Amino acid sequence: MTPPGPARQALELARKDLLLEGRAGEALLVTAPFGGVALLLFPLAIGTDVPLLRSVGYGIYWVVVLLFGVLVSLRQSATDTPAQAALLRLTGVHPAVRLTGRAAANTLLLLAFQLILLPVTVMIYDPPLDSWPWLLAVLPLVAAGLAVLGTLAGALAQGFAGRATLGPLLVIPLALPLLLSATQVAEAVRYGRQPWSWLALLLLVDVVAALAVALSARSLEEYS
Amino acid sequence: MSPASRLPYDACRAGRQAHPDAVIELCGISVSVERTPVLRDLTLTVGAGEAVGVTGANGSGKSTLLRLLATLLSPAAGTGRALGSALGSRECERIRPHIGLIGHSPALYSRLTLAENLRFFCRLTGVDVSAVGAALDAVGLGRSADRPVDRCSQGMQRRAELARVILTKPTLLLLDEPHAGLDTGSAGLVDAIIDDVCERGGAAVVVSHDRARLDVAVDRVLDLRAGSLHDALPSATVVPGQGLR
Repeated sequence: MTPPGPARQALELARKDLLLEGRAGEALLVTAPFGGVALLLFPLAIGTDVPLLRSVGYGIYWVVVLLFGVLVSLRQSATDTPAQAALLRLTGVHPAVRLTGRAAANTLLLLAFQLILLPVTVMIYDPPLDSWPWLLAVLPLVAAGLAVLGTLAGALAQGFAGRATLGPLLVIPLALPLLLSATQVAEAVRYGRQPWSWLALLLLVDVVAALAVALSARSLEEYS
Repeated sequence: MSPASRLPYDACRAGRQAHPDAVIELCGISVSVERTPVLRDLTLTVGAGEAVGVTGANGSGKSTLLRLLATLLSPAAGTGRALGSALGSRECERIRPHIGLIGHSPALYSRLTLAENLRFFCRLTGVDVSAVGAALDAVGLGRSADRPVDRCSQGMQRRAELARVILTKPTLLLLDEPHAGLDTGSAGLVDAIIDDVCERGGAAVVVSHDRARLDVAVDRVLDLRAGSLHDALPSATVVPGQGLR
């Protein structure tokens, strides 16, 4: 038997995670509506100050994406059983390839999650839409960054009894540059500045996180 | 040294492969799990074509022994080799695809069907996907191929894991309570798979509380006590409820 190449293996792993998520439906049918409810709660707390809601809407969207997206990015890692983890190790697939497959699936899930919440945000907050073309770059970059950080934290927390709690605690501080960059892209456009430096920061976070996964995957597995 | 040992001790201590045809060689191995010593100064050799059974009380370290042999745990002390690779070294990554492990808990994804589980495993490892149907037929699950795992009984899940072993043809087979949940007819399936691995020059280590089935399935039975392996008493001398005779 000749094992397929790493790209094919990562694709198979991502396909499996997406199939499992599609059948469980927790990320998009439970977490996304809950995120929508969270978006609704802010106006209830702040009041119907329309100019204020318009100005904070974009930022609140990214806060909700960050907080609930962490749960999406950690879900599969949290549901893996020790027996399934052991079996995957015995397939001979390199740990970095396994984490890449998981990160790819999480990226697609997070992108769908963001796209579900976006129209809800527009309806509730009516934010200025002048920065929307930039969202075509920001959405996938944030999704990828959050997915990779979630995958990394999931691998790090593997084997700990409190991994469901530990995961978000690890991801949220590391994901703050993503939140900052995503909100600052809109701010830059609103005030007529070029947002390239913030996009570059997003890309840098993604690349550093991906490198961290690739370089630490084997050690993380041995440690867990 | 345990009487179960069949290994020249000096060669073993030096980390050399003392028996060229040995599939497993453990010498003075100690393993701790979360800082608790589980296996202590354990020595074992399993040759090509040999099936070894391991019995022992609950918590004696049987599953830990299987995880060590599967290269999923590293020894804290001592030396050991499985399929020619030193345990705890990077060489182990090379041999992992040749190890078939059926643990105490099933490693199936509950929201996938039995066939989807096996097809995923095949695609990941390069096994011919078209063989999945025949493997499921061989374990009597041909008609349940499209049933989700969470709607299958424990015995069906166990048989699906045996189908995975049939597909991958491992050289080293490690089974943890393989007869658990299986009906009388299916138990013979486990024996046939063990025989197949041994006939191909591989080896099997089978952990079980079912001594009667173990006597049929393996060549010799060892008892894991206080973290070390000892030759087990003949099963005829143990009478349930009456102790030793």
